[in-house]
Amino acid sequence: MCPRFYNMNFIETEKVIFEYIERDEEGNPVKVKRALDDVSISVKKGQFIAILGHNGSGKSTLAKHLNALLYPTEGKVLIDGMDTLEDPNTMKVRRRVGMVFQNPDNQIIGSVVEEDVGFGPENLGIPTNEIRERVDESLKILDMYAYRLHSPNRLSGGQKQRVAIAGVIAMHPQCIVLDEATAMLDPEGRKEVIRAARALNDVEGMTIILITHYMDEVIYADNVFVMSEGRVVMQGTPREIFSQEESLNALRLELPAVTKLAAKLKRAGIPVHDGILTAKELADALVL
Amino acid sequence: MPIILNHVNHIYSAGTSYEVKALDDVSLTIDDHEFVGIIGHTGSGKSTLIQHMNGLLKPTSGEILYNGQNIHDKDYDRNSLRAKVGLVFQYPEYQLFESDVFTDVCFGPKNLKLSKVEVEARAYDALNLMGLPKEKWYSSPFELSGGQMRRAAIAGVLAMKPQVLVLDEPTAGLDPKGRDELLDVLSRMRTDEGMTVVLVSHSMEDMSKYADRVVVMNKGKLVMNGTPGQIFSRYKELEQIHLSAPAVTYIMEELRRAGLSVPIDVRDVDEAAEAIKKIIL
Repeated sequence: MCPRFYNMNFIETEKVIFEYIERDEEGNPVKVKRALDDVSISVKKGQFIAILGHNGSGKSTLAKHLNALLYPTEGKVLIDGMDTLEDPNTMKVRRRVGMVFQNPDNQIIGSVVEEDVGFGPENLGIPTNEIRERVDESLKILDMYAYRLHSPNRLSGGQKQRVAIAGVIAMHPQCIVLDEATAMLDPEGRKEVIRAARALNDVEGMTIILITHYMDEVIYADNVFVMSEGRVVMQGTPREIFSQEESLNALRLELPAVTKLAAKLKRAGIPVHDGILTAKELADALVL
Repeated sequence: MPIILNHVNHIYSAGTSYEVKALDDVSLTIDDHEFVGIIGHTGSGKSTLIQHMNGLLKPTSGEILYNGQNIHDKDYDRNSLRAKVGLVFQYPEYQLFESDVFTDVCFGPKNLKLSKVEVEARAYDALNLMGLPKEKWYSSPFELSGGQMRRAAIAGVLAMKPQVLVLDEPTAGLDPKGRDELLDVLSRMRTDEGMTVVLVSHSMEDMSKYADRVVVMNKGKLVMNGTPGQIFSRYKELEQIHLSAPAVTYIMEELRRAGLSVPIDVRDVDEAAEAIKKIIL
């Protein structure tokens, strides 16, 4: 067997460049902008991945390449071994990778929760009785089954995002991309969504790509990619990434609160190690 | 010029089966030069509350006084009130519409019937205050980054020279640096220009660090009102209403559980570090 298929990566981007033409008021081309510049990442099936980066760093552009909403200008994106540039793969790729965006109100279309969740599988041509099963199952996974007959309008932000995620899950993807899906939520809503993402990863083995500006959501990730100016400039485990305070600050990012506190204490001469990620770790380091 | 809300009720779709009591007997005073934070989970009435502050919404009952005058009196000039109390909505960058940033920022003051020179001087000051790089002033708003667009939109409100600036989630979606930059500007507006700032936010960290006073809304009611220290030390109650304390509060709680006698009511990581140093060093 070709060695390439051993331990194959679920997502593989090879030197991806994405350029678009900026136009003026009259629609005349002004200049070519490069939003992704030589991006090569690989993600294994079942991994929980976080992508960080300042506004305009290319995070969302990269995310849109992962389910063939955008195509590379140069380079390749392979999803489950399929090249997104090859036409017959488009729908297969979109069935494997689901996207959840920032604003829940822009993603919900049904007037009843279960109708909204059933919309995706219905579009895939799934038989009615199976749609029923998938909708119920997805709502149960996201702990929204009790709300299946409610109107989405009256739900909280966190609940709306969980309905949006249920709608994606009902299409049985292998990977979910959360593109700043927690940015508009209150603290409880953020917790609900992150908890749901971790459960999907742990229990269902789903590959999760989490794009966020909240550093404390990243500490559970297996691997973190940091983007700037369209390039991947850092990658590693959360502990490795958050041990590099100066580099992160230079990239307009910050440390999670507890890591920042530990770093300050260390600078003051208190012996704590780098890359502390939880309050418990800090307490253990301080109380001998 | 304080804003006083006196027993304000607001009912949406009154008399229909969709009736919702969005504000329930809210009384609140916002003093001059204060930095007031408003927190509450989605649907708690925060946005309804701030839209009463400049007369965009009229209370079903109760009164709103600005500088001692009832803003819903028949002869009250609500148009000039809207210049004095500037409201920045969520995602204000979606409201940018002119062909370049500078013209967009001029739009508000132009409507105040000021001279062209005054209008442009105000736009100039506002863009400078918001720290928008000069080379972007004459670009299309759509050539700016997300954070720059946000700042341009806020500059449009600042150019009206409001005495009170009310902002609904101005930092949502900004990267950490962009968030700090924006809040630092707001904080400076207060200290340097004497502006009153009212900030609605889901970020407990921002509230704790910047606000003099935090107001907590739940189900249309004002349920807590106090300094950040007072409010966030009641984090157990906050959790009951789907809120939380800043991360640093929970860190201090964990350290106390481990036997370190550190205070809980620290405002940010800097204060936390000082408190821990005092005990350990």
